[in-house]
Amino acid sequence: MSDARGKRGGWSWWYLLFIVQFIAVLWPPFYNHAEPYFMGVPFFYWYQMLWIIVSAVITALIYLLTQKH
Amino acid sequence: MQGVNWVALSVFVLLFGFISWLGFAAARWRKGDLDLLHEWGLGGRRFGTLITWFLVGGDLYTAYTFIAVPALAFGAGALAFFAVPYTIVVYPLLFLVFPRLWNVCARRGYITGSDFVRGRFGNRWLALAITVTGIAATMPYIALQLVGIQVVIGALGVSGTGFMADLPLIIAFLVLAAFTYSSGLRAPASIAIVKDILIYITAFAVVIVIPIQLGGFGKIFAAVPAQKLLLAVPGPNTTGAYGAYATLALGSALALLLYPHSLTGILSASSGRTIRRNAALLPGYSFVLGLLALIGFFAIAAGVSKLPEFAGGFQHFHDNYAVPALLLHSFPSWFVGVAFAAIGIGALVPAAIMSIAAANLYTRNIHREFINHNPTDKEEAQIAKWVSLIVKLGALVFILFVPTQYAIQLQLLGGIWIIQTLPSVMIGVYTRWFNSWALLAGWAVGIITGTRLAVLANLKPTYPLAFAGHTFPGYTAFYTLLLNLVIAVVLTVILNAISGRQAKDETLAADYCA
Repeated sequence: MSDARGKRGGWSWWYLLFIVQFIAVLWPPFYNHAEPYFMGVPFFYWYQMLWIIVSAVITALIYLLTQKH
Repeated sequence: MQGVNWVALSVFVLLFGFISWLGFAAARWRKGDLDLLHEWGLGGRRFGTLITWFLVGGDLYTAYTFIAVPALAFGAGALAFFAVPYTIVVYPLLFLVFPRLWNVCARRGYITGSDFVRGRFGNRWLALAITVTGIAATMPYIALQLVGIQVVIGALGVSGTGFMADLPLIIAFLVLAAFTYSSGLRAPASIAIVKDILIYITAFAVVIVIPIQLGGFGKIFAAVPAQKLLLAVPGPNTTGAYGAYATLALGSALALLLYPHSLTGILSASSGRTIRRNAALLPGYSFVLGLLALIGFFAIAAGVSKLPEFAGGFQHFHDNYAVPALLLHSFPSWFVGVAFAAIGIGALVPAAIMSIAAANLYTRNIHREFINHNPTDKEEAQIAKWVSLIVKLGALVFILFVPTQYAIQLQLLGGIWIIQTLPSVMIGVYTRWFNSWALLAGWAVGIITGTRLAVLANLKPTYPLAFAGHTFPGYTAFYTLLLNLVIAVVLTVILNAISGRQAKDETLAADYCA
């Protein structure tokens, strides 16, 4: 597929940013604890909810960085 | 069970009536010739960013999800939250793979994943395997959507004996079948807008009102038993709950977008760019799903399972009754009607898309490939419409006459089956290095081994893989996908060494780019 490179639908190094969210949420030892609480919610829950937002921001960023006009 | 809740029932019926009208009216929306399969079955590939957001959101986050995830939190605790990392890791896949797939499908007139595999690898038997897997995985999924409707109808206090007991469900399904037949994918797309607005209203009302009633999140989580609050820390020589949690999340994400209904929703977008934008916007639904998972804990804290008025419901629907019971317990009747309508309508949207997806598959990849090679456009669309009816009828019969437990277990197997199409479809979008017969062999071994392991594990999603004195409990679908991949790679190397001959790839590299 090397001929596809450079065109939209090809590869961009920015895509590697996606790895961040894979590591952050697929390694439970990072977040399997109750402390610190946030508004009464244990860390386990608010950490993962927070990553929904962070991952959406990362995706939007990658979209903007790889979008060619 | 308590008597009929007339106020809630009236609101429910009113909203249901409205979306039924909307479903039929949708035929005239963004008008296209519904005698063409891509108009009926893909909405003419014309949905922009916003409509795609509603449609794919309504498609992937089904009513059953909104009942079952909180029910799992209610029953099993922290493990249910795997739905959150699952929906986080699914979007990079959507972003990276599906715009390319959209491009090639739009350029070559493909309507299903099997169309793509047929064109890419030139092997009709591999395409048939992908087709049969898709249909088999979709059928129990449709049936499960009916469970969502059944639970809310039961919770509205509508009950009866024999045929009368099933009548509301039958009516709901006849309506669904009729507007899907006449409007195609435009019906769920328009209904999804109403349904999602109702779901968002319900979710935010629940997350604000109930914690106030119960005295704050601190009190709610204090009421959750310690062993349910967090994942059990693994003992020595095992990855325990951690491995199960991570592989369930990753494996479910890999499987989700391979389902025919996911593909149908995604391919109906107007461009690859629309899909990319949605990869950043769809997490809005994930956030709601996370909030709804917490509702399982609200139900524990409110103690609804111990209240006498809900005893009958829990006996009948088990943990799936947790959410309806909590809503009945915490809200005035009119709002219960709104919330239940959100769940009930939320079942119709994916059920419609699933039946359309199955119909597209049968029409294109079985009928056209093996029975009638040259149907006219009109014949093709007509066959799809009839098949969509048959598929829904099958699901209805299944849910009326077979215990719900079987639908749940078949849906679990469906996840194990559908993930085996990943090498052909998702990796196929990037490379055709694989030999198509090697892909077929990998698929077969994956399906057989996966089914066997699932049965050995008593139809639980995780299998305790033992290796070198260690135990690795993990999602069976994920493990068998790895096996599938190993076989596909090894056989490709061997087959290519024996004979370099490959069937023709009808797609061009440029087809994959915008």
